[in-house]
This record gives sequence, C-alpha cells and structure tokens, in this order.
Amino acid sequence: MATASKTGCTVTGSEALMLSLLEEGVDVIFGYPGGAIMPVYDALYDYRDRLRHILVRHEQGAAHAADGYARVTEKVGVCLVTSGPGATNLITGLANAMIDSVPMVCITGQVASPLLGSDAFQETDVVGISMPVTKWNAQITSAEDVPRVIARAFYLAKTGRPGPVLVDITKDAQFGETTWSYRKCTRLRSYFPYPKVKLNEIQEAARLINQSRKPLILAGHGVLISGAQDQLMELATRADIPVASTLLGLSAFPSGHRLFAGMLGMHGNFAPNVKTNECDVLIAVGLRFDDRITGRLESYARQAKIIHIDIDPAEINKNVPVTLSVVADAREALSTLLSYVKENRHTGWIDTFGSFRTEEEETVIRPNRKPVNGQIKMDEVVHRVSEMTQGEAVVVTDVGQHQMVAARYYMFQRPGSFVTSGGLGTMGFGLPASIGAKIGRPDRDVVLFVGDGGFQMTIQELGTITQSKVPVKIILLNNQFLGMVRQWQDMFFRKRYSFTELQNPDFVNVANAYGIHAERCIIREDLDEKLDRLLASDDSSFLEVMVEPEHNVFPMIPTGESVSNVRLE
Amino acid sequence: MNSEQKKEIREYTINVFSENHIGLLNRLTIIFTRRKINIESLTVSESHIPGIHCFTIVINSYEDLVRKVALQIEKLVDVLKAFYYTTDQIIYQEIALYKLPTGEVTGSIGLETLIRDYGARVLEVTPEYTVIEKTGHKTETQELLEKLKKHKLLEFIRSGRVAITKPMKELTVHLEEKEMAFNYILKEDESY
Ligand SMILES: Cc1ncc(C[n+]2csc(CCOP(=O)(O)OP(=O)(O)O)c2C)c(N)n1
Repeated sequence: MATASKTGCTVTGSEALMLSLLEEGVDVIFGYPGGAIMPVYDALYDYRDRLRHILVRHEQGAAHAADGYARVTEKVGVCLVTSGPGATNLITGLANAMIDSVPMVCITGQVASPLLGSDAFQETDVVGISMPVTKWNAQITSAEDVPRVIARAFYLAKTGRPGPVLVDITKDAQFGETTWSYRKCTRLRSYFPYPKVKLNEIQEAARLINQSRKPLILAGHGVLISGAQDQLMELATRADIPVASTLLGLSAFPSGHRLFAGMLGMHGNFAPNVKTNECDVLIAVGLRFDDRITGRLESYARQAKIIHIDIDPAEINKNVPVTLSVVADAREALSTLLSYVKENRHTGWIDTFGSFRTEEEETVIRPNRKPVNGQIKMDEVVHRVSEMTQGEAVVVTDVGQHQMVAARYYMFQRPGSFVTSGGLGTMGFGLPASIGAKIGRPDRDVVLFVGDGGFQMTIQELGTITQSKVPVKIILLNNQFLGMVRQWQDMFFRKRYSFTELQNPDFVNVANAYGIHAERCIIREDLDEKLDRLLASDDSSFLEVMVEPEHNVFPMIPTGESVSNVRLE
Repeated sequence: MNSEQKKEIREYTINVFSENHIGLLNRLTIIFTRRKINIESLTVSESHIPGIHCFTIVINSYEDLVRKVALQIEKLVDVLKAFYYTTDQIIYQEIALYKLPTGEVTGSIGLETLIRDYGARVLEVTPEYTVIEKTGHKTETQELLEKLKKHKLLEFIRSGRVAITKPMKELTVHLEEKEMAFNYILKEDESY
C-alpha cells in the first residue's frame, strides 16, 4: 500500500484525496485552482514531488489533456478544478471522453455543504449538469467519504466500458478530518463489468468464420482498449481475413500490413466501405456502428452475417441488427475464438480489394500525396511526417479535414498511436490532448496535426507547453478556412461560403510569444527541411504549413447515403 | 419480428431495480427525454430486498425502442436490473382518490350505489367533504371519475402504477448469478 505509513493517522479530506490518488497509482494531475478547491491545492503543495501537477490555461484543456494521457497510457486521466465556472468548463471534455470511452476521474471543488442549493458564490449543480456526460458521478460532503468514493470512481472509470467519472467535493469535506485507511474497490452489487465469454456463442462465431468465403473484420476502439491487437493479428493472418478499421481503431492493426484494408466511414478508404456491402461475414470487434461508419443503415451490410463483439450489451442491435452477438471483452473473446478458428485462405476475395485500392490510389492518393506543382497539400505533409517518423510517432489531431487526412495517410506501425476526438468531433481537442499524450508517453514522439480553426479554440495551452516543458511537435495545417465545413458548403450548399473564412493572426509570432520555436512553410521545396528541424528538436516546436485553401477530402460518403456510394471526387 | 411489429406502439411497464442513490432518478429520466419518450406514470418504492429500490415506469412505445431503453437503463452503474413487460405480462394496479362535497354524497341515493358498484370505499367523511378511494386499472378509475364529475367533484388524484410480474425469474436470482460470476472472476484475478 502506497500510503501504509499513514494508516490510522488523522488527515484532512484534502490530504485523504492526495493519498487516495497515490493509492490508485496516479502520478499526473491536470488542473486549475480556484476558491472552492483551495484546501486540496494546499494539500497538493506537500505532495507535489509525487503528484505532478500540470497547470493548464483553461479547464477544457485539463479535460482533453487527461483524455490524451489516458488514451496512450491505459491509465486513468485525472483532472482537478474548482466549482462553478471551473466545473462547467470541463463539460465538453467530459462529453468527449464519454462518447469515446476514455477513463477519467475529474475532481471538482464545491461550495460548503450548508450552502448547497442556495445559489452561493460559484455554486453550480455540476453533479446535475454532468450526468448525461459521465459514466458515474457523486458528491462528497464529508471527509470520511473521500477514500471510499475515490476508490469507486477509479474502479468505475477503468473497468468494463471505460468512461469519465466526476467527483464533486464540498469545501467542508476538504477541510474536515478523518482517519486514514484505504481499500480499493473491486466490486459493486449493481455493476458487473466482466461479462463472461459464452462458449456456444464463440463456437457459433467460429463456425460462421470458418465457413465464410468473403469475411471482413472491422476493428474498433475496443480492440485497443482491451489490448487485443495480438489476437486480432492472429485471427486475421490465420484465417486470412482483411481488416478494416474505424477512426478510433486506427493503429490496432499496422497500416502497412497486406491484410489492412483501410479506414471505414465517411472519409474512409474506398475498398473497405464498398466491401462492407459485399462480404458474407462481417466481424465487428469493439465498435458501436456509429452513423459516420454505417452511412444509410437500411443499406448497410444487409447481405452479411454480422458478428458483433462488444463489452457493452446496450450497443448490441442498437444501430445495426446482428446475426450473432458476443458480449465480452474483445481480447478475451478473440483469444477464445482463436481456439476454434481454422487456418484458411481467401486469396480470391482479397484480390477483389485490389481494383478499388488502385482506383483510389490513382484518383485520390497519388495526386495528393505527392503533388508536383501548386500549393502544398495537407496530404503530402502527413505523408512526409509518416515517412520521416517511420510510422512510429503518436499522432494527435484536432477535428476537421486535417484529421481525416492524418487518419488516411499516416502509416501506423504501433498500437495506441492515434489520439483523436471521434464521437464528439471536438474542435480544440488536439493541442491539449497532445500535451497529455506526451506527458503520458515521454519516450515517444508526439506529433500534433491541427487546423487553423481548432487551434484557436484552445491556443492558450501553448502556455502550458512552455511552463511545463512538454516537447510536442505542432504542425498547423493552415488553409485559412474552417476547411471541413467549407467542403460541405462547396459540395452541398452551392459553394455559399457562409462564415467559414478565417482571418488569422500571425501564428508563428503567437508561438514565438509563448517561447516556442516556430517556423512557417509556404513552398514545397522547404517542406522536408522544416519538417526535419521540427522533428529533430528536443524541445516543443511549431511549424505552420500554408496549404491549399480549397482542397476537398475524398473519398466521401455523403450523409445518409449507403457505404456503397462512396465518392472519389 | 417484422418491421410492422417493431413499429407497433404499445403500453410497456419497465421495472428498474437499483441502489437508492441520490440523482439516479435524474439519470433515468435523461434516458427517456433523450429519446423523446413521455413517461406516463412513475412509482418509486423500496423493494423487499433492503437497500434496493424499484422504479415502475409506464410508457407507450414500440418494442425495439423499449428494449434499447431498458439496456441503456441497465447500463447505469447504480442499476441492478431493468425488465420490461407488456401489459398482459403483469398484474398491476393504480389507486385513485376522489373528493366530493359531503352534501352531494348523502344527498343522492345514486351515488352510494355507484361507489359500491365500482368497488370503491369511503376513506374519510367530514361535514364538508368526503374522500373516496378506488384501486384498479386506469380505465376503471377513469370511468368512475367521469361519473363523479357529474356530482360536483372537488379533487381527483391517481397514483402511478405498481406492478408484479407473471414471469417467474426474479431479481434475487439475477443477483445470485451476478454474485457467483463476481466470485468466479475475482478468484481468477487472485490466482494471477
Ligand atoms: C467545437 C466545435 N465547433 C464546431 C465544429 C464544426 N466543425 C467541424 S470541422 C470544422 C472546421 C475545422 O476547421 P479547421 O480547424 O481549420 O480544420 P480544417 O477542417 O480546415 O482542417 C468545424 C467548424 C466542431 N466540430 N467542433
């Protein structure tokens, strides 16, 4: 026990919180102080050697940083903020983590319990507000409840389908005293996060897979969350099954593998989208059939027998009716499945992907990945970074065109290498998430791709990078537009560019003002050299690349259309 | 199930068994409001198992949606189990109270017969008012209401539904299964 020497001692609620965090293996906190959390910050002062506190510039940044941290470490991200505005500033970050199943524990200060409900200064009903965007939340009004509730919070955040949890602590509970002891939470009567693999279901799944002549695997975030990438690889190679990935499943399977079919969905690759409607057995692992993946549900994989493996029973038959459901942890399910799946070859079927690949390669990829004239394209920047980092970096993105381009062109070699806001599509996520990712994995290069729109939503976190010395590599892909929205206006709103053009500041000067080395790249001939310098730097570093302003991302499945109708131009 | 049946709107009773935690009702109703489902009636009470509460929720919807809603309810951390039933799968009652001027009750012979015929009973009589109680299905309490409206009805109130299921698998069985599963898993954990 990390805090055994304190057992039996009288401590304040605030100190009990510090000790509880240590018990849960926390070593980093992303936070921002304020009146209602001051006793905790005061206790933190004594623990600052063991609990590294990263002072962000806005609480939304704390939430996204904790989120980025959690995604690359398999640990729980922790935030600490004050009541009222501090707490409400977390909400976007909670919603983001909720929909992407990211384990977080957010601690908010609250007014003293006698004042609750009285509209006291900086009182907000954060438990009420955060309900729809947390897996669980609770309020602590007495110091003695701190260890028990914090233990429960961590248990709930990381078990089963992970998610964010919020704990609101009143100021009197922070000041109050209790006798220290700690017990980890291992079970709750109302909560069962370990659905047991049912052998008959697995055998049935294996039977479907063994008999299949045109199988396709869809790999989702659940593969990464459960650490099932080895099992996925074994399944794919043994049974010779192409693997397509959701946005959040990227990096679970190496992008360069001969069986990797590409990304699914609205801006995914041509082949896996079309093939979804041609396969005979669809094996969906750890995903929730989001509408960005399925397009029109009525014409989604109707011909296929669908096997859906997911830990969350509420996801089964939610959007897509399935033939066979396996409610289980993805790794456990796949491990068991491997005992029954036979060696197989599907050469003919796999060959049919080739022509779609070639068509996409010729119409979309080649002209964009290696253009010879005209302005720099986002695609080639990502492609060059992918080559220079040999697919070994952790790639973080914001939301928009650059996000889709990064997802499409970075060739991931290692699992857990892509950090992006999937379900919520939260602009402003990228910069703070990259801070969290780098703090979580200081051993890896962390490269952020961000648009000129989203960058300005959390741009103040440049201050965090400087103060906390977080060496992230920032690549701003500046098209001087809210690019993704402009693309829709171009395609679906007769090119009426309603409020999507941006008049931007001098970003290089901004970065410089924060003390970050910054450069701008305008012409293709300079790109490699500037990227080299950015990537070689030991410190944080910033590169603005001026890219073609009116470039559209393809392939694209227009909203509400079938995955078969994926358009290449 | 064909798509016609899927879309058929019927009355469903959802029984939710939960830990009695502050805020759970809020979390529950969010699930309904997100999907724009109107709650027709709601009753909360402690169950026969100490500490476990039962919410009885009546909605009009179609099976596919009710199933999804029940699963989302069950996903709430503090919920032990959510069951849903069609009306023919449960025994249920609501209680209705009617307040009338006592003069009306004593003054008309028809009224007393009416009360008797409907199996209602008089709860309280004062010089000014009389309170009548009737337990039954909504159609019955409603019918009596319509009749009493003609007798200067002062007040009327109807409770939410309480329901007992006909199917046999009980909550306790689910709890035992869960407990066994936990022990199994935790034993495995320790052997690592
Ligand atoms: C907080 C938030 N507001 C609005 C949107 C809608 N939106 C999606 S993409 C996009 C444009 C993003 O522009 P930019 O950051 O410049 O990136 P680009 O698409 O140009 O790569 C907008 C406004 C969003 N996703 N998130």
